[in-house]
Formats: sequence, C-alpha cells, structure tokens
Amino acid sequence: MAILIIAEHDNSTLKGATLNTVTAATQMGQELHLLVAGCDCQSVADEAAQISGINKVLLADNPVYTHQLAENMAQLIIELSEGYSHILAPATSNGKNILPRVAALLDVGQISDITAVESADRFQRPIYAGGAIATLQSLDAVKVITVRSTAFEPAATDNSAPIEAVELQIENTLSSFVSEEIAQSDRPELTAAKVVIAGGRGMGNSENFSLLEQVADKLGGAVGASRAAVDAGFVSNDIQIGQTGKIVAPDLYIGVGISGAIQHLAGMKDSKIIVAINKDEEAPIFSVADYGLVADLFDAVPELEQKL
Amino acid sequence: MKILVAVKRVIDYNAKVRVKADNSDVDLNNTKMAINPFCEIAVEEAIRLKEAGSADEVIVVSVGPKACQEQIRTALALGADRGIQIETDDIPESLNVAKLLAQVVKNEEPGLVLLGKQAIDSDNNQTGQMLSALLGMPQATFASELTLKDGKVQVAREIDGGSQTLSLSLPAVITADLRLNEPRYASLPNIMKAKRKPLTVTTPETLGVELKTHSTLIKVTPPVERSAGILVNSVDELVEKLKNQANVI
Ligand SMILES: Cc1cc2nc3c(=O)[nH]c(=O)nc-3n(C[C@H](O)[C@H](O)[C@H](O)COP(=O)(O)OP(=O)(O)OC[C@H]3O[C@@H](n4cnc5c(N)ncnc54)[C@H](O)[C@@H]3O)c2cc1C
Ligand SMILES: Nc1ncnc2c1ncn2[C@@H]1O[C@H](COP(=O)(O)O)[C@@H](O)[C@H]1O
Repeated sequence: MAILIIAEHDNSTLKGATLNTVTAATQMGQELHLLVAGCDCQSVADEAAQISGINKVLLADNPVYTHQLAENMAQLIIELSEGYSHILAPATSNGKNILPRVAALLDVGQISDITAVESADRFQRPIYAGGAIATLQSLDAVKVITVRSTAFEPAATDNSAPIEAVELQIENTLSSFVSEEIAQSDRPELTAAKVVIAGGRGMGNSENFSLLEQVADKLGGAVGASRAAVDAGFVSNDIQIGQTGKIVAPDLYIGVGISGAIQHLAGMKDSKIIVAINKDEEAPIFSVADYGLVADLFDAVPELEQKL
Repeated sequence: MKILVAVKRVIDYNAKVRVKADNSDVDLNNTKMAINPFCEIAVEEAIRLKEAGSADEVIVVSVGPKACQEQIRTALALGADRGIQIETDDIPESLNVAKLLAQVVKNEEPGLVLLGKQAIDSDNNQTGQMLSALLGMPQATFASELTLKDGKVQVAREIDGGSQTLSLSLPAVITADLRLNEPRYASLPNIMKAKRKPLTVTTPETLGVELKTHSTLIKVTPPVERSAGILVNSVDELVEKLKNQANVI
C-alpha cells in the first residue's frame, strides 16, 4: 500500500520539513505520493517532483486551498485517502492543524511528532516535554502521523516524479482567512539553521536582541528565544523554542540569558553542541551545555561577536 | 450563549516525570497533578467572555477517573459555573476524548468550545481538531486573541511564520495558546464557593460512546541524558574550543 505525504509550502516554495518527512516515510513503505495543495503552486510541485523516493506528486491547485485552511484541506485529504496505509505530514503548525481532523474523519488515532520509525506500525515519540520517550504500536488500518523534522535527515533531490493534477474543488463555508503577518528575515529558517543563537529574559528588552542578530549574521545562523522573552514582548512568537514552540537541533546552539527550564530544553537538547552564557552559575542550562560561560551577557556577547 | 471548556488533569508543569523501572509507563504516584496550563488559559478566556457579557454560562468538562474532579473544582473556583466529569478508569486516547466531548456538545449546544492546544503530558495537540471535525464545526487552533462580533468569532493564531487571523462561523472550536491571556488566581472565597457549584458525573455508556483502542504503549524509556560539559573561563577560550575542539565554527 502507498503512503500519502502532505507537502509543507507557502504556494511558492517547498519547505524543508517536507524532505525530512519523506525520509521518515521511506522507513515505512515503498510507494510514496506527495500532495501539494494550494493556489498557483505549480513551482512547489516542480520542486516536490525532485525529491528522491517520491513516485508521484498530486497537485491540487485551486483558489479554495490558498491558505490551506483545515476544514477543506482535511476533506480534500479524505477524498484522496482511499488505498493509502499511511498519511503523513510534518509536525509544523499546518500539519498539526490539519492532520488530526483527517484522523477523526477516518475514525483512527493520530500519532503526533514521531522521532523514530521502528517498523511500518511502530514508532517512537517524546512525551512529557521530552521527559520520556514512548514506543507505540498503531492498531489502526490507516496510520495518521506527524513527523518531527529534526529527527530525520532531509531526503535527497535528484528525482523527476510525474505530477498529476487533482481536480477536486472543496469549498470551506465554515472559516475564512482575514489576514496574516509573516515575519520577514534574511537569516536561515530557525528549524533548519546550522547555528541558532537564542535569547531569554536576561536580554532585558527587544533592542538588545540585536546583539544576538550580529552574532547570528557572523555565523550564518538564526535567532531564537525562550517563552519568557516572547511573553515579555522582546521578540515575536514565531521564534519561541521549546515544548510548545519550535524544535531545533542545529550543529551549534548558543543560549544567552536563558535559565534552561525543561520546556525550553525540550526544543533544543538534541542540538549537537550546546553553549550557555549565563551570569548565574546555578542555571540548569549548564547541566546540558557542552561549553558554559558564566558571565554577564552584555560583556560576553559583544566580545564574542568581535572575536568571531 | 454557553461556552464549554475541556480541561485535562495532568502532571504539574514544574514536577519532574519518572519512568517506571520496568519501562511500562511513567510513574505518576505521589506526583503533583494540576489542570493542564493550556486548559487553564481556555477557562480564563471563557470567564472573561462571560464577564464581558458575551456569554452567560461557562461549563467545564473533564474526562478521567474521579480525581479529575479536583481540576473541575479548580476551574469552578476560577469562575466557571458548572462541571461535568465523564468517568473513565484511565484517561483515554485523544480520539475517544473527542468523541465523548462531541456528545456533550450535542447535549449542551454551546456557542463556543474552548480547549487547550496541547496537553503537557501526551503532547498530542490533536483533541480540539478532532472534536471540531467530528462536529463538522470550524476550528481555530493556537489562538492568541479572540473577538466575538456579528455572530462570528475572529481569532488570531500563532503559526510557524508569524500570525494569522481567521473568521469562523459559530458554533466553533478554538484551542488556546500561551499568549491568549494570563490566567487569574482563585481567591479563597471563590475556592470555598466552588465546592457548592454543581458537578455532574456521567459515563461513556450514558453518552452512547464506545471507547476504542487505537494504539498500544509498548514501552516508555527515559530520554538519552546529556552530560554537562565544561565551563570555559573566557570568550577567547570559548571561541577556541568551538573552532578546534567542536569544529562547529
Ligand atoms: C505550558 C508551558 C509551556 C511552556 N513552553 C515553553 C516553550 O516552548 N519554550 C520556552 O522557552 N519556555 C516555555 N515555557 C516556560 C518555561 O517554563 C520557562 O518559564 C521559560 O523557558 C523561562 O525563560 P528564560 O530562561 O528566558 O527566563 P528565566 O527563567 O527568567 O531565566 C533568565 C536567565 O537569564 C539570566 N540572566 C539575566 N540577566 C543576565 C545577564 N545580564 N547576563 C547573563 N545572564 C543573565 C538569569 O541568570 C536567568 O538564568 C513553558 C511553560 C509552560 C507552563
Ligand atoms: N481527558 C481529557 N478531558 C478533558 N479535556 C481533554 C482531555 N484530554 C484532552 N483534552 C482537551 O484537549 C486539549 C488538547 O489535548 P491533546 O490533544 O491531548 O494534546 C487539552 O488541553 C484539553 O482541553
């Protein structure tokens, strides 16, 4: 049986999380189909067709899918679901929004945020903010799964799979799009960056985050934050790292003025190298840091920027 | 308009979870339990809507063993009007919870159904979406702002790239994110008053819902612990280590 993967995209480019999800799918089965649903998104389908392992791209290009709202997206996936053993999406805000509806309409459970595939029906996932790892056996005929992208390598892109148009136009009479504010940044995407420098409450205010931006720019990295920094209004919500924010696993994570609460660690403790800069030597973040520097960040960060 | 809020009893967010020695599950014996933080935010929002005159009754529902009445009482102390406990031996999987809640929604006919975006024990992030699908209602997940107007609800949602605003017809299902509001503390008089507020107990059988098993828990293991590294004495030493030892810059 085949596997249906829901592509993550913004109508113009395919998002990297799709590639990691494809890798997870290859560990569950052979025949992989990728659904690109959106509006004026041919360029996304063209990119998707290059992903190794994909046998077919399904392209539902219609104004009704412009904002990929959950109500009709879920219904579209249901209409296409016949014959699939697995339906997968990246555990992005879109995937999390849409996929549980698909599961409920199929009367099956959803396995959220998997981090390892043991077999076609056995998966690992973190629970309790990563405080424990559960291994689950799915008993459902169709496995509906979201995939944590940092746990799987991205698939290669040396393919040219056929693209098949899906003509289904499913209206959404329940909800409508009003507006969107998408943060613009020239830095790499937080969840895919090789270097992440994150600031916490210790940053004091929003202006001080420019100290971190300067370091990020030297290292080609992205800037993240703790919940406390977001709640205090220093930075916007889309860069919160943690149990209920983004999951990152860069080669280098630098936490600045962050104490290291379990909810924050849940989002970064799989980073390869962790650096902590904090003036309190008792801060729990030091217990997971490869390199700790006990210092005032307002001295240490400018010096770091200078010496890189 | 009635507002229905689903609240889950979970481990307190400050408590450390232990895995049982036989790896069969986590060990919650003698662990401090609390109302799921996201559910508390949902309760707060419902109460604020009532205080603003947009709602006239706030009903809280919890699915689980008798102990979850504690969390219902907490919500009543914060200002909810009455509670419903759906009695089950253990807390069932999300789809079962969604089916039970759907039945209560059909009986109570609320204009809004509020849930937390995620339970901090299972970290599932799915019950609200499932409930909304089962009821054929619109949904807004990860809500950071909610406004009722002209018979609709406008919701700002936290999404990966920033934020998005949707307009939903009513009745609708909304799941609360962290920044929707800051919950109040219950006052002592309100905690006393909550003890006399109505709390009814029902069962899956009475609601006509058959619970199913969708997955089995094979094992639960502790995560791989990171060991602490070293403290460096200066920025120079840090840069040197990152270059020559860790090879990451
Ligand atoms: C349901 C729930 C979900 C949550 N989800 C998340 C999540 O996804 N992500 C997340 O991050 N948190 C989350 N939290 C919050 C989490 O529990 C912590 O409150 C939060 O991570 C603390 O942020 P912080 O480390 O920036 O602040 P604090 O804990 O206040 O730490 C600030 C640190 O800065 C240091 N400092 C201050 N000034 C300086 C200076 N000049 N130089 C150097 N160091 C300095 C201090 O020593 C301190 O260690 C969640 C909480 C709940 C209840
Ligand atoms: N046993 C339960 N009883 C009541 N509400 C629940 C229960 N389980 C989940 N919920 C609701 O669904 C939300 C999301 O939970 P979950 O999908 O399990 O992460 C929670 O914040 C609650 O509002």
